[in-house]
Formats: sequence, structure tokens, C-alpha cells
Amino acid sequence: MSAPSTLLNETAGGAGRDLNAQALRADARRESLRLLALLAPSLFLVFAIIIVPIGWLFWLSLYDENGALSASNYGRFFEQASYIKTFITTFKVAFIVTGACVLLGYPLAYMLSQLPRRAASICLIFVILPFWTSVLVRTYAWLVILQRKGLINSWLIDLGVISQPLSLANNLSGVVIGMTHILLPFLVLPLYASMKTIDTDCLRAGMNLGAGPVATFRQIFFPLSLPGLASGVVIVFVLCLGFFVTPALMGGGKVIMWAMRMEQTTSLYSNWGAGAALGVVLLVVTLALLGLFQWLLGARATGVWSSR
Amino acid sequence: MSIAPSALPISMRRIEKRFGSVSVLRDLNLDVEAGEFLTLLGPSGSGKTTLLMILAGFVRANGGSIKVGADEIITTPPHKRNIGMVFQNYALFPHMNVFHNIAFPLKQRRVAAAETAERVEKALELVKLKGLGERRVDQLSGGQRQRVALARAIVFEPRIVLMDEPLSALDKGLREHMQIELRALHRRLGMTTVYVTHDQREAITMSDRIAVMNAGRIEQLDKPETLYAAPKTQFVAGFIGESNFIPVECRNGSVWYEDRRIQTAGAPPAPGQHLMVVRPEKLRLVTAAEPSSGINVLDATVGDIIYQGDSFVCYAVLRDGRQLTLRDYCRSDVLAKMPAPGQPISLGLDAQDTILVAAEG
Repeated sequence: MSAPSTLLNETAGGAGRDLNAQALRADARRESLRLLALLAPSLFLVFAIIIVPIGWLFWLSLYDENGALSASNYGRFFEQASYIKTFITTFKVAFIVTGACVLLGYPLAYMLSQLPRRAASICLIFVILPFWTSVLVRTYAWLVILQRKGLINSWLIDLGVISQPLSLANNLSGVVIGMTHILLPFLVLPLYASMKTIDTDCLRAGMNLGAGPVATFRQIFFPLSLPGLASGVVIVFVLCLGFFVTPALMGGGKVIMWAMRMEQTTSLYSNWGAGAALGVVLLVVTLALLGLFQWLLGARATGVWSSR
Repeated sequence: MSIAPSALPISMRRIEKRFGSVSVLRDLNLDVEAGEFLTLLGPSGSGKTTLLMILAGFVRANGGSIKVGADEIITTPPHKRNIGMVFQNYALFPHMNVFHNIAFPLKQRRVAAAETAERVEKALELVKLKGLGERRVDQLSGGQRQRVALARAIVFEPRIVLMDEPLSALDKGLREHMQIELRALHRRLGMTTVYVTHDQREAITMSDRIAVMNAGRIEQLDKPETLYAAPKTQFVAGFIGESNFIPVECRNGSVWYEDRRIQTAGAPPAPGQHLMVVRPEKLRLVTAAEPSSGINVLDATVGDIIYQGDSFVCYAVLRDGRQLTLRDYCRSDVLAKMPAPGQPISLGLDAQDTILVAAEG
């Protein structure tokens, strides 16, 4: 194609350029059509299983029990104290679990990142192993360990450490323990990945320039691990907000979280409108949080450290 | 900023390093004079980087002593050694801008903010990056990063500066430019510098002295010109500059290549097998009419002549089949006088350019 058009360009510049422009436009058109054809199946899937159900959810949430258009499904969040309580419980659990995951996960990820590659990959298998067991099974296992006459209580009583069994299950602590266990890998994996990318020469440079081990960690390693920590925290926190199985089983009916409320509203009271409204609120809150994190991270990347 | 008065000599004695059962450094002794630019030159695996890491304190030696001035530092942790280092990949802190990177060592030393700003400013000026303090590291080019790393390594006026192949990531033109600039900076500041490279040309360009390392030992420590003109071992002769090796024998106080007596400038070496080191640019075409005193003449056949613009290379084959390379500049009619491929040629080597080294294995 190029040889004839070069010839044209040389003999009659204007006409050659026109021909080339036409061919280029045709190429561009073909390219975008091909791209669209490749994307079509996934676009269809996104539309069918994300856009349509969410739209439907919105739609449902706008109708009351009698099928009339109203905002009553949203109004009840402000009127009924139990909704507000659920909302607060959900965020409280999410904060505590995320905090526990950070406290347990950061040192773990740090240790993994410092191990030689072989040892680290073996340890990582142990971190990922629980993923292969069902959440339900793991939650029941915790119930067996934590309940009044469970393993921990009977050991502690046998050893004479305590005389009365501790209430570890069927309350907030049970929920937190169970959820922390299940969500910990979601924090450790991105954190480990980001720690692995930290250049060891940067840490050496820190020490070479006069920073002791603690100062090097605080001023170099920790700030460089923050993006990984942030993504782990976001994943864990968002997963917490919608968690169902573990709080339902480990909470003993005392810890009502958002997802449980939805389940009650739809299957117990058959109030689809109210359930949908709960879903919409959860979605909006989650998106708002993600947006906030994104904004905070963006601000970090573009210049927090440049201010003297 | 003047560093010269605080420059200190380094004295390394009997340094040993083993990784598992592999001995990386063996009974190594090295003295670096105060304010000297000394290069550790060697192929990969020769132990030069390990030695630098031991100097910086990142790797602990199995034995030996390092004195900086009068202080023994072999067990001092790296952050207390007060040694500046430029890393191969620069190791700039990606979460800090240029200013904070350079201010980092001053911050660790609790230097007041005003003085810090002033010293960082001076350091930036020194490396020709004035006004770029607020730039993020990822907004800098390779050469600029190199300069920031350099500024960071000298801003706290360290006793010693170490450089681990700092120019290897730059492209050729920039690398040659930075070599000259680093050299000038060293002349100006006069800090004791230990530089590691595997590039012999870079070592020759920049160094006061070069320590050629091979298999965990220092083969020869000398000025660049001495290393080039009088290599002591076959390894040094082969690693620095181009060389052809011709086996010669010393018997009855004179040196023989086959049936031809070889004239040398110095005293005759010990009897036995030796290698004659022939640098391609020291060889020249000689005619039969020339007197042969002070010149060693080798008879060969021209194999091929390669024209390279400013110079040409002639590959000649000796009678015993050994190849010999001659290189000369294309001035006047040198090239025109060269015999055609397949023709006999007489190659002359001045006695004072004739180097003998012991034959290794």
C-alpha cells in the first residue's frame, strides 16, 4: 500500500494525501469495529449481570409494600432506631476487623517479604490454604473452638487459668475472630506483593545515609508499603460491610449486620422494596468509601511529600 | 562545601569473605590514600562488589580489619560509618522528591532546617540540578537521577564515597560525559573515593589508581598508565586493553620466540615459559631495509584488513598459525603501504614496548 501512495505523493502531492487520508480513516474504522466485536461478549455480560440487576434493585427500592411509588423504604432508615443500630454495628465490626487484620497482617506480610523466596512461597501457601476451605466450614470450626464448652474454654478451665468460661462465641468477639480469620489473606496478599517490590537497595541507602534500622523502617519501608496496605484495607473493609455467613453464625443473633438485615427483610418479611433500599444504601456507601480512598491515595502520590 | 580536609585513608587488612563454602575474598589487603580515586576493576564474580559491600557495612566479612583514618570500622553498623554511597540503580527514595532525597542524610544527623536547605541547594548546584528540588524522582531522566544519587551521597560530607557501577545504566554518550564530570567533581571536592566497575575504559579514564581483581584477589594495583604499559600478569594484560599473547622461552639469560631472539628493555626474566604481550597499536609495518636493533620483527602473512574510518585493523597470521592484530590510524599513506591479503608482512615491535608476563596454566 505504501509504495503506490508514495509514488502518488511524489507526482501529485495533494491527491496522494487525500488517498492516504481516506485509507487511514478506513483503517481506523475497521480497527474500532474489531475492538467492539471483541468487547461485545464481555459488555453483554456486564450489562446482564451488573447493570440490569442494580437498576432493578433501584427500581424495587422506590416502591412500597402496596406497589405505590414512594420514598418510604429510605425514610424508615431515619425513623426506625433498629436500622441505625444495624448501620452502626456494621461499621463498628468492619473497623474492628480491619484493625485486627492490619495488626496481625502487617507483621506477617513483613516477615514473608524478608524470607528467602523459597521459604516465602511455602509460607504463602499456608496463608492461602484457608481459601480452599468453605467459609461455612471454617466458621463452624471456630464455633467448636470458641463456644462455652469449646476447646479454648475447656483448656483454660482445665489449666486453672479461669473458673468461668469466657464468652468468646455468639457475640461481637466471636464475629470479630471469625471474620478476621477469613479476611486476613485479603490484606496479607496485596501487602506482601507491594512489600516485595520495595527495592532492598533503598533500605541499604537509608542505612548508608545514617538512618538506623528503626528510622529506615519508619521513613522508607513503611511509607513505601502504604499503597499495598491501603488496597488491603479497602478490600477487607468493603468485604466486611457485606459479610453475612460469619456474623449470622458466630453472632448468636446478637450482632445484626447489614447483610443479615437484608436477608431478614426479604425472606422473613417478604419486603423486597425495603431489602432493595438496604442494598442500594450499602452500594452507595461502599462506592463513596472507595472514592474517598482513591482520592486520598491520589493526593499522596502527587505530592504530599513534596511539601517541606 | 569543601570535603578535602576531612578525606581519610582506608586500610584493609586480611579481608576474608565466604558465602557458604565458596570463598569470595581471600586474604585481601588494600590501602586507599586520603583523597584518592581508586577503582576496583574486574569481571563479574571477581569479588569487587562484595568488597564494596563490606566497606559500606552491608555484608559482614568473615575476617580482617578495615581502618578509616585511625578508626577500626569492621564491626560498625552501616548507619554509623559515615560513608556515602552511590548505588548501581541509584536507590533514590521514590516517595520523596529530589530535595527530600538529598536532605535525608542531613535529617538523620539532625541538621537544622535552614542549614539543610542551604546545603541541599549547594549540593544541587554542584551536580548541576539547580532548581529541580521539587521534582519527583519519577520525573527525572536517568542522568538526572544519577546526579541526585551523587548529591545525596556527598551532601553530608562523608569521610569516604563508594560508587557501585554508577554509570552502567546510562547510554554511551551520557556515560562518557558523566565520567568526565565525576572526575572533575572528585578533583574539586577531593573525597576518598572507591569506585567499582567492570569497564576497563571507564576505570582508566577516571582513576588515580586501579586495583584489578580476579577470583577474590587483587592481581595488580597501579596507576592506569603503569597497568597498561607494564601488566604483571596475563590476566591484567588481557583485561586492560587488547592483547595478543605469544609464548616465548627464556634460556641462558635471553628470550626466544621459536628461533628468533626477542629484545626487551628490562632485565631478563626468570628462565622458563613466558608470554609476550603484544598490543595491537604498538605493532607497525617494517621494511626489510630498516635496522633491526631495538626492534623485534615478526614475520607473518596478512589475513584481512578491516577499514574502520579513523583507524584500520590488520589481522595477520604468524608462521605457527597464531593470529596477531595490528591497529593503526589512517593517516598519510599507512593504509596504502599495507600489503594485500595473502602477502607476507613484517611486523615490528619496539623493545621498550615488549612486555613479558608469566604464563598461567
